[in-house]
Amino acid sequence: MSDARNSILTKLRTTRDAHPLTPPASDFAPIEAKVWPPEERLPRIRRLMEAVHTEFIDAAEADWPAVLREFLAREGVESLLYAPETEAGKRLVEGWGTVSPSPPRGEGRGEGEASHDSPEGSAMYPPHPNPLPGGEREFEGMGEGPTLIPYDRPLEDLKPQLFESIEAGFTTTRGAIAETGSLILWPTAEEPRTLSLVPHIHIALLRADALYDTFLQAMREQRWADGMPTNALLVSGPSKTADIEQTLAYGVHGPKRLVVLVVHP
Amino acid sequence: MDGNAPDFAAASRAALADPQLRGNFRRAMDGLMSKRAAQFADAGEWHAVRALAASVRLRALSKLPELLEKLEENCTRNGITVHWAATTEEANGIALDILHRVDARLVVKGKSMVTEEMHLNAVLEKNGIEVLESDLGEYIVQLDGTMPSHIIMPAIHLNTKQIAHLFKRKIKDAESREDAAYLTDLARRVLRAKFQAADVGMSGVNAAVAETGTLCLIENEGNGRMCTTVPPVHIAFMGLEKVVEKLEDVPPVISLLPRSATGQPITTYVNMISGPRKDGEKDGPREVHLIILDNGRSSIYADPELRDTLRCIRCGACMNHCPVYTKVGGHAYEAPYPGPIGKILVPQIEGLDKRGAMPHACTMCNACVEICPVKIPIVEIMGRLRVEAVKPGGAVKDGGAKASRAEAMVWSGWAAMNASPTAYRVATLAMSKLGNAAPSSLPMLKEWTNVRTKPRFAGRTLHDLARAKGVPDV
Ligand code: SF4
Repeated sequence: MSDARNSILTKLRTTRDAHPLTPPASDFAPIEAKVWPPEERLPRIRRLMEAVHTEFIDAAEADWPAVLREFLAREGVESLLYAPETEAGKRLVEGWGTVSPSPPRGEGRGEGEASHDSPEGSAMYPPHPNPLPGGEREFEGMGEGPTLIPYDRPLEDLKPQLFESIEAGFTTTRGAIAETGSLILWPTAEEPRTLSLVPHIHIALLRADALYDTFLQAMREQRWADGMPTNALLVSGPSKTADIEQTLAYGVHGPKRLVVLVVHP
Repeated sequence: MDGNAPDFAAASRAALADPQLRGNFRRAMDGLMSKRAAQFADAGEWHAVRALAASVRLRALSKLPELLEKLEENCTRNGITVHWAATTEEANGIALDILHRVDARLVVKGKSMVTEEMHLNAVLEKNGIEVLESDLGEYIVQLDGTMPSHIIMPAIHLNTKQIAHLFKRKIKDAESREDAAYLTDLARRVLRAKFQAADVGMSGVNAAVAETGTLCLIENEGNGRMCTTVPPVHIAFMGLEKVVEKLEDVPPVISLLPRSATGQPITTYVNMISGPRKDGEKDGPREVHLIILDNGRSSIYADPELRDTLRCIRCGACMNHCPVYTKVGGHAYEAPYPGPIGKILVPQIEGLDKRGAMPHACTMCNACVEICPVKIPIVEIMGRLRVEAVKPGGAVKDGGAKASRAEAMVWSGWAAMNASPTAYRVATLAMSKLGNAAPSSLPMLKEWTNVRTKPRFAGRTLHDLARAKGVPDV
């Protein structure tokens, strides 16, 4: 190891031992004391995140893929990048064909439960091809609505599409935090980190029963210290800046929109 | 003052004469102060979490060498390559070696105050490497060819109009529109192409966790995530004090930093990096390097009083509340760290010979101490540095260079006088009786009377008058 390393550490050790420092005990009680009744957590998260332009849609376990598909179609979003090997990714594909043809419900964003039942029953869409170069099928014969694009290759082979054409990315979360209104993202080999970073819209699936009071509580209960992934994240809204004369502007480098898909059990 | 030492007094005079600049700062600081105050409306919570955050930082300092070794061990286990640099030259050399090895042409950077300290951009440019700041404020400042005027809000000295003109001049096809949303989107388009093409991404570190080998970065824009995720190589820079012991120590720091800095409950992103791309993972850099910089910090650490300087979590709140900073702005300091923290940190890093004026640019109003989220006794340290500047053979770099025995005696006498009620009473009585006769060329009065008329001392002291009104002595 380098000379710098040894001389720095030796100096720190010698001078610290000459003047030891006794720190006061760390009392985490003020953070542990931050608790909300379970039924207040989701409304609080929603309020805090909506205040920074996050959008919410609600769905049930049975129909969330269809609800998402409908939302994206309504918003005119044409491509959704997803993680094909995750449970949620598989569900997304399964549920994608079954759509509710009910007409758009207008600007119901953040209005709580929406009804997704279709009076006319479900319509089947053709299986979606992989439109990327090397994808198995051709980009033809698609039904209307967004195309699902699997994140099935290394970033290097996806960069141009990721930066230039794909509009939305879909990820799961490991829950959300009531104190600050934050989603916990835990990227994996199956669910890459750029899914939630590069596309202009990030859709995050949040299970309504995975809510925590504080960041501290979440990391303790999920035992983070036992093993961290290469990248873990808290995300509390779409990308924003106030660097130009303190004026808030959204979508500076990361996603311009963050949409939380709340799945109720 | 030596020839190339920054002249704070002259720079301040120029800043004070610029009404545009003063207006930009005043507006921004007022906004930041009131947003911060709203976040700490619950005084009990503020005091308790603040005590916790201070204890986290003090515990880290109490075990600093051990924690740095542990950080190195755990980072290495996670696949992060750890480098140590005693000086900024060494740190620049390490970074250049990595860049040359991977044949880097384009570097994108997230916010890092340590690299400002290193003047890294200039070094890279001299070596033919294009380097782009990607935090919007830093990008603006880089286009403008100046330096950040605030550690959190680098372009706070400019208004929308000035930025619109700058973009029009420097960015191809830019329209001349004084609209923050348009300007932000313009920067997004320019920088996205750079993120995609960059060979190396660079960042700072807000806290490094020894227990897990994790680098924590907080930000709102997503440029930090871009720099640490998209390019094939990530180089992170940290001052050696940035380590914390445990992962659980992160929440208290994360809780106070954004609330103190900008009055937000949390930043948009808390980015925790514990290694490069693993086998089977589809993205993330293939190499992650951590460069740990000393640059005088181990000397600051050696002194049990000055050591408290290293608690700092770089929230910038002390700037926003400083009556001097808010008037003269960040550029007057001509230093990587302006404001109260700069006034105590920069002289210790760069030496009192060059930076002797900084600890004097303070009214000792104590506002910074009251809002500092980790309770750094900034004003006490400032006083200590004033003594060190005139005391031969002191603990601080280039201390005593301008040793004037008279001034040293006066400062230590002043300290002793204030520590003893009797001495204080005698002294104030003496001033009220004899002060008006003191010539304005006395060492203590000289700097003051250069620009002001000597105050007239009242015939009776305030204590005296209060006592006469029946207020008991405290
Ligand atoms: S000295 Fe305190 S208030 Fe100033 S930047 Fe550091 S932590 Fe913030």
